[in-house]
Amino acid sequence: MTVNHFVILSALLFGIGALGVLVRRNPLIMFMGIELMLNAVNLAFVAFSRFLQSLDGQVFVFLVLTVAAAEVAVGLAIIVALFRTRATVDVDEVSGLKG
Amino acid sequence: MSLSVPDLNLRIVVPALIVSITALVVLLGELVTPAARKRWLGYTSLIGLLIAVGATFGLWDAHATAFGGMIAADNFGLFLTLVILLGALLSVLLSVDFLRAHQVEHGEYYMLVLSAVVGMIVMATATDLIVIFLGLELLSLPLYILAAFKREDGPSLEAGLKYFLLGAFSSAFFLYGIAFVFGATGATNLTKIAAAIAKNPSGDLLLVGAGLLLVGFAFKVALVPFHWWTPDVYAGAPTAVTAFMSVAVKAAAFGAFFRAFFVALPGLAMDWRALVALIAVLTMTLGNVAALLQSNIKRMLAYSSIAHAGYILVALVAMGAQGSSSALFYLLAYTLTNLGAFGAVIALSDGARERLEIGDYAGAAQKQPFAAAALTICLLSLAGFPPFAGFVGKFLIFSAAVETGWAWLAVIGVLNSLVSVYFYLRPVVQMYMTEAQPGWDGSATLTTRIAPLVALALAIAVVGVLALGLFPTPAIALATGGFVR
Repeated sequence: MTVNHFVILSALLFGIGALGVLVRRNPLIMFMGIELMLNAVNLAFVAFSRFLQSLDGQVFVFLVLTVAAAEVAVGLAIIVALFRTRATVDVDEVSGLKG
Repeated sequence: MSLSVPDLNLRIVVPALIVSITALVVLLGELVTPAARKRWLGYTSLIGLLIAVGATFGLWDAHATAFGGMIAADNFGLFLTLVILLGALLSVLLSVDFLRAHQVEHGEYYMLVLSAVVGMIVMATATDLIVIFLGLELLSLPLYILAAFKREDGPSLEAGLKYFLLGAFSSAFFLYGIAFVFGATGATNLTKIAAAIAKNPSGDLLLVGAGLLLVGFAFKVALVPFHWWTPDVYAGAPTAVTAFMSVAVKAAAFGAFFRAFFVALPGLAMDWRALVALIAVLTMTLGNVAALLQSNIKRMLAYSSIAHAGYILVALVAMGAQGSSSALFYLLAYTLTNLGAFGAVIALSDGARERLEIGDYAGAAQKQPFAAAALTICLLSLAGFPPFAGFVGKFLIFSAAVETGWAWLAVIGVLNSLVSVYFYLRPVVQMYMTEAQPGWDGSATLTTRIAPLVALALAIAVVGVLALGLFPTPAIALATGGFVR
């Protein structure tokens, strides 16, 4: 097991997460995709940290976890508020603004 | 064994500390302020921001770092801090009466604006990728809430959700870029990254990391092809929030963008310069062409902000001292001008009913000559007419590009400015040369009086736009500050 294995695994996880965000239409699932991406980042940080014999990467993981938790709080609040006014959370139905 | 304590040097972060304390005071004050007095929380925020402006001037030329080299008070960061604080001051002035008119007068609003300002200051002065990320999140999280602040209102919530999903998505890219740069160089400090690259300039890992960082920044400052969230979010968010987002986020994110690419990645300039030039061309062109097609003024200003991000990117391609100083001046000019434009949109609205379609502006000059004149001046400045600030900003950026051998990029920029004149003049023609429409001239409800705070914000913006256009030298002198390395 070299650092390459871990980096490839993290890239795969990141790709799956990104694909989930782009393909799925339910904000909660899209949200889970984002969480997967952040955890792929964590895996990369830990792998590099071990490879470089430096503890910095491990510390960054804690920062990322904290930020992810803060994002969950804000994101779920917005989704709940949206559900209250619309009774739906499907992003295709939430499209009053056309980009 | 000796334990070394890093130099905290709190003096360097005093502006951010003052704004943080103000945010806490406002948050606690909200509990004891009766509903009729909520505007006092706005006044408190204004006082805090003004004190922070004073503290920032006090740090001028300090050229010092704090927290073990993670935050720097160099003139580049301090100038951006001033731009951010100015943007926040004008936004709060515009918000006080806006919130009342839209019946969302909650004290948290000011606290969220102030927290976002702290994040922006951190981001603009950070010299470590992880601290840049911290600032990015600290500014993004309050803005997600602010975009959805009218929580009974469909478009506002939709804007909040879209901004949140795409913001979090882009943060993940940015963070992955940090991870790869860390893996390739063993550092997240910008100066140490540059040193590591100088020693060992090749490496796929590093290129992937730099590319992911570019994607993350491109999302935040809305560059093509990562711009598609901008029109929806800007159109759906409450106008006062859009005004704040469109200027202050750009100042903070471009600050970190320039610092990361000038300080940490100049060794890779061969690789990213041409790519960034291509993105600049696409961003300018698509922003201006799409703005031509809009009938909603907030969407038009959203596409215009995309185009302006493209102009600032030209300064990034030019690199060097000229690139950074022209970008700083442009961000200052853009902040005043764009806030003036959004402020005029707020001033020209009738209570909670806003003139959002360009057709709604017909005959507005007779009803509200002052706001109409302010909107005209700001739109002309955005289009780059002399003697306004926008002209000087574009002149500095394009001449920086020409002098560093990117003349073709400057030519494309000038051509784009010409295209933009058409859509910037459309509301002006409506206001001055068209008869008022029924519904907007029915004077029974239309107030011709502008709220004093909005009038003050407009006056500051217009005077600033004129002053920067006529006497740009002092501001250019301030903008020439370099980086601490």
